[in-house]
Amino acid sequence: MISMTGMTRERAHELLLAMLRIRRFEEKCVELYSAGRIRGFLHLYIGQEAVAVGVMRALRAEDAIVATYREHGHALARGMRMEALLAEMYGKREGCCRGRGGSMHVFDARTRFYGGNAIVAGGLPLAVGLALASKLKRNSDVTACFFGEGAVAEGEFHESLNLAALWRLPVLFLCENNLYAMGTALARSESQLDLVRKAASYDIPAAKVDGMDVLAVETAAHAAVEAIRAGGGPRFLELATYRFRAHSMFDAELYRDKAEVEQWKKRGPIVTFVAALRAAGLLDDADLARLEAAVERELAAAVEFAEAATFEDVADLTRDVYTREAAAR
Amino acid sequence: MTTYRDAVREALRDALAGDERVFLLGEDVGRYGGCYAVSKGLLQTFGEERVRDTPLSESAFVGAAIGAALGGLKPVVEVMTVNFSLLCLDQIVNTAATLRHMSGGQFSVPVVIRMATGAGRQLAAQHSHSLENWYAHVPGLRVVAPATLDDARWMLAAALADPDPVLIFEHVQLYNVEGQLDPAITAVDLDRAAVRRTGTHVSLITYGGSLSKALAAAEQLAGDGIDAEVVDLRSLRPLDAGTVLESVRKTRRVVVVDEGWRSGSLAAEIVARIAESAFYDLDAPPARVCSAEVPIPYAKHLEEAALPQVPAIVAAARRAVGG
Amino acid sequence: MADFLMPSLGADMESGTLTEWHVEPGDVVKRGDVVASIETSKGIIDIEIFADGIIETLLAGPGTEVPVGRPLARYRPTGTPEPAPGVPPSPHAPPTLPSVPPPQTPSATRPATARRLASPAARKRAAELGLDLDKVEARAGGAVTLADVEQAAAARPAAGPTDMRGTIGQAMSRSKREIPHYYLGTTIDMRSASRWLEQHNTAHPVTERLIYGVLLIKAVARAVTRFPELNGWWREGRFDAAHAVNVGTAIRLRDGGLIAPALLAADRRPLAELMHAYQELVQRARTGGLRATELASATITISSIGEGGVDTLYPIIHPPQVAIVGFGALVTRPWCSGESLVAARVINATLAADHRVSDGHRGSAFLVAVADHLQRPEDL
Repeated sequence: MISMTGMTRERAHELLLAMLRIRRFEEKCVELYSAGRIRGFLHLYIGQEAVAVGVMRALRAEDAIVATYREHGHALARGMRMEALLAEMYGKREGCCRGRGGSMHVFDARTRFYGGNAIVAGGLPLAVGLALASKLKRNSDVTACFFGEGAVAEGEFHESLNLAALWRLPVLFLCENNLYAMGTALARSESQLDLVRKAASYDIPAAKVDGMDVLAVETAAHAAVEAIRAGGGPRFLELATYRFRAHSMFDAELYRDKAEVEQWKKRGPIVTFVAALRAAGLLDDADLARLEAAVERELAAAVEFAEAATFEDVADLTRDVYTREAAAR
Repeated sequence: MTTYRDAVREALRDALAGDERVFLLGEDVGRYGGCYAVSKGLLQTFGEERVRDTPLSESAFVGAAIGAALGGLKPVVEVMTVNFSLLCLDQIVNTAATLRHMSGGQFSVPVVIRMATGAGRQLAAQHSHSLENWYAHVPGLRVVAPATLDDARWMLAAALADPDPVLIFEHVQLYNVEGQLDPAITAVDLDRAAVRRTGTHVSLITYGGSLSKALAAAEQLAGDGIDAEVVDLRSLRPLDAGTVLESVRKTRRVVVVDEGWRSGSLAAEIVARIAESAFYDLDAPPARVCSAEVPIPYAKHLEEAALPQVPAIVAAARRAVGG
Repeated sequence: MADFLMPSLGADMESGTLTEWHVEPGDVVKRGDVVASIETSKGIIDIEIFADGIIETLLAGPGTEVPVGRPLARYRPTGTPEPAPGVPPSPHAPPTLPSVPPPQTPSATRPATARRLASPAARKRAAELGLDLDKVEARAGGAVTLADVEQAAAARPAAGPTDMRGTIGQAMSRSKREIPHYYLGTTIDMRSASRWLEQHNTAHPVTERLIYGVLLIKAVARAVTRFPELNGWWREGRFDAAHAVNVGTAIRLRDGGLIAPALLAADRRPLAELMHAYQELVQRARTGGLRATELASATITISSIGEGGVDTLYPIIHPPQVAIVGFGALVTRPWCSGESLVAARVINATLAADHRVSDGHRGSAFLVAVADHLQRPEDL
């Protein structure tokens, strides 16, 4: 059972609302994708909400975030407007990236959200660079870098951890270990399964966290961020989590047992948090209904927005390739 | 009297001194002084924060340069040679080139990436590539090739002022070239090709390390009464098609000299544009002088035979003119 | 009543095969419930319903393949109304790509002193035919194409005498201007040839009679096979030796015009066949029925002054050819046979050739070869 020491009603509801927003949004995306409103690839965060929500609460507005193609939850938790996110997935001009990026390439300058990256481990060097900028500018901004456990196989993972440690850069490496890289279980691709040891081999202080417990995530993230801000160099957290749905929409999940999925669902971030709040008297049926209704309203408005949004004129096809359009010859 | 190498160093020194956001990073740029001695002395002047030696991690440090650029700094990252850039192709092509577009215009990536390129020193296949055309292929990147001392001196400043990723290719055979900087030049653009020698009988279009060969060929041709015009492309992406076409419309005959392999070369792109836009102005088929279809060999005579050389350029020009 | 549709699970999914229903008519379902399993290219995937309701009818049975977007079942929605999934997509035309800027058409910016716009193929053909591009009409507007040139060439015989005179004049001017001619002459003993011809014509019906002109054509054609530098075209600054020997024969037209269509593969055709071909060519030349290939493919030309003309003809090369053989009239002249003086049938042959391609030494050997062939007419 999650510890509720020091938890207030207000904070509890904030956390739950944040996770519900992600959950219901992702569920809606399933429906919209099945109906053909969203196209391309769709990678859902259902089951992992506690990680994004917990970590974002430990960050400041000035901090930078780099994520992966499974980034809707991170974008929402960071404060991107839901309607801009959905319109982007519809490919509309009113989307956060004018429909140019889609589900896998979500960016938001206002919240220092640097994507969205379809290359596994592709964002790690970028995060190292953002942290380098902070260090050279002598501010205390932290760069939070989310990636899956599949990324630890890529060269870019090792190069980035080494460089961050060598130059003592303010990066928080957040490894969301959901046990499967697409269809490959971790044990089938890594000789060393203890991921924190990989970080330790680069002299980066690392810890394992229960990614299903939003409070545990928040606490661990907070501690790591503070250490980084104090000039302690990079930190690494391995967050044990699980995705309840397939890798993407078109995946028959031949690589894992349904029984395993059901087991993890019982330990899901929302269901366990709700149970803990109820037990602590911080949440009742009316509260839950109120929160769900709020999410539903926001979601309905986002869908309406995305449906009504417009498509970019094809004549503008080659805009935003270069900053000065004259160079786009 | 100065050298191309010195000119690049001066450009870096200027940049580091003039803007505290500028910093240099790459393998052996600091304590070693640079693989080609370009950055010699800069570490001593500007310190370890501004002149950073990196581990052998092209992907990480080029990606880091991109991230730093996003974060408001002006990094000049050196990839030792274009051969090693294959290890950071992902960051350059999938991140630097795409970020502006994928984000719908929210971000620009003002990163400058310098790379040594080309062959001629018997370093064999893995150290002799000319892959400028790979990068010139990608929308979102700007690619330049300084072939003269003045361009080596001043293109860097223009690249730093550009809000988008700029790749600067320095041919290895140019570093030792001696010459005088033109005191009248204090800035250059990155957009326009330059006519290095005017002529009327045939246009020789080239860039980078091949410029001197084209000029030498033009001298030889002059002795035979063939007046060749030599155009230095300077910018490989975007190509200054206007200057090239103007030259071809005047001379009606063209030879493109390119150290890349012939198949799928930058020369092929230029010839295609000439065929598209100056077809009716041609009196002879456009010709190309490129590297032979072979990984660059080690033995000197074989390497020489593989690369574009003056006699081949002269012969191609003669054929074009019909002599 | 609402339809539960086969969902799209990926852009490359076109249909799915129903393997198993997990609900029956009458079942209450909630949003998110798995109602069926479908088989796809990736394997069996569970699909869910996105509304609360009661299943009414199952429309597809196990094993049925159903395209994406088609109904699988009908259900009656209940409970709180679902947030409207929005207006059904209004069909809009697929975005058309922006038009690529068209490649330069000839009407694009031209320098002030424009030369005639013509495709390289047209230029080449016009040069071969000795046609002035400025006189060729570009039928489609814009640049002159190969087809334009071919048509202009085919139309040439129909041109009136003044036009022809002009055309000849231009070709000859060009020839003299551009081709460095050298000249060689020889007198050929035609006694054997004349005797043989007489015998032949006596022994054959009128329809198979030969004229000595055909002997000349064959002799020249055979001889030139050993002198490729006299048989071909000067184009674009260099000489292209021809593979075949197509002898152009200058034919005078009734209205005073001159034309030199080719007898194709003259070196290899028997005399009788050459004779027929030549007669037919003359006929068609005079009635305007020559083909463009006949006008364009001569690799060397013969010009004969014919009966009653002067002894020697100094011809002008027809560009883009590089040689022409001129024959004067067949006459009787004093001739040395051994040590004695006789009256013999002789003919003067003159070679005009392009000094860029051949020289007098070779030209001389060629003429000697022609003379040799004419000494053995039975071998022609």
